[in-house]
Amino acid sequence: MSNRVAVVVFPGTNCEHDVVRALVGLGGQAELIWHDQASLDTYDSVVLPGGFAHGDYLRPGAIARFSPVMAAIERFAASGGPVLGICNGFQVLTEAGLLPGALHKNRGLRFLCETVEVEVASARSVLTSQVETGTRLMLPINHFEGCYTCDASTLQMLIAEERIVLRYVENPNGSIESIAGISNAAGNVVGLMPHPERACDPLTGSNDGSALMQAIAGISQMAAKS
Amino acid sequence: MKYEVLVEVRLHDDIADPAGATVERALPALGFAGVEGVRVGKAVRFKVEAPGPEDALLRAEEVANRLLANPVIESAGVRLLGLLEAPS
Repeated sequence: MSNRVAVVVFPGTNCEHDVVRALVGLGGQAELIWHDQASLDTYDSVVLPGGFAHGDYLRPGAIARFSPVMAAIERFAASGGPVLGICNGFQVLTEAGLLPGALHKNRGLRFLCETVEVEVASARSVLTSQVETGTRLMLPINHFEGCYTCDASTLQMLIAEERIVLRYVENPNGSIESIAGISNAAGNVVGLMPHPERACDPLTGSNDGSALMQAIAGISQMAAKS
Repeated sequence: MKYEVLVEVRLHDDIADPAGATVERALPALGFAGVEGVRVGKAVRFKVEAPGPEDALLRAEEVANRLLANPVIESAGVRLLGLLEAPS
């Protein structure tokens, strides 16, 4: 049995259908839920997709953090449930304090829309549980505010606790330590700027996101290959 | 009582400011020499109901620190601009 995945839709979210399509295409089950939902009891994992939640007004994720669903996500995460934030979803998770640090404007003030190489820096997280550390993946990025920033002590903690999940091979946006994705201490909450859901079909140029999205869908790699 | 408030949201000094750097680089082309240290922030004005100026400032600081600024990368300066309406 695969996970029942809740894909959260805020006003302004725009990658929710890509996420559902990727998860279902891999053999998983996914449902869209509106941001006013206050319970996640019937779901096994949660994805916050990319887009512009609440118009990204003030700062990306600043208003989304106060949506009713966020209290439910906080409880869900505290109980060990897998939570994945992709791009804008990562920004929402940092604003909500579920992940440390912040996503700031890209170095060079450029909106980036390209496919980049990232390296799996830790296989401890729920997202990377089916890939080996050191694996390189081609994943699309599509962001203006993706420069990961945190203070020195937070960075030391992330390194020591193996919470840097993905690193850019060539840093495109100025992120500290080339960070493309991080996790919480337990590894069940993960945020990343690249879009693995857009790399789940060879037709789109890369299938490298499948190993990541399978883990969220709750499908083992063996099952997916057979 | 109704007070008008100005909140200035600033990036911390040690956070790179690509918008500020871009503005600074553009200035010489417009003939402005000798301008440096440009930092781009946000200014937010609003009105707040409170029994007195101290309370108005406290409420405004709460709004600024809870929502208007992200303490990881920003700080907020809060100023009361004045009393708008007092009960007659």
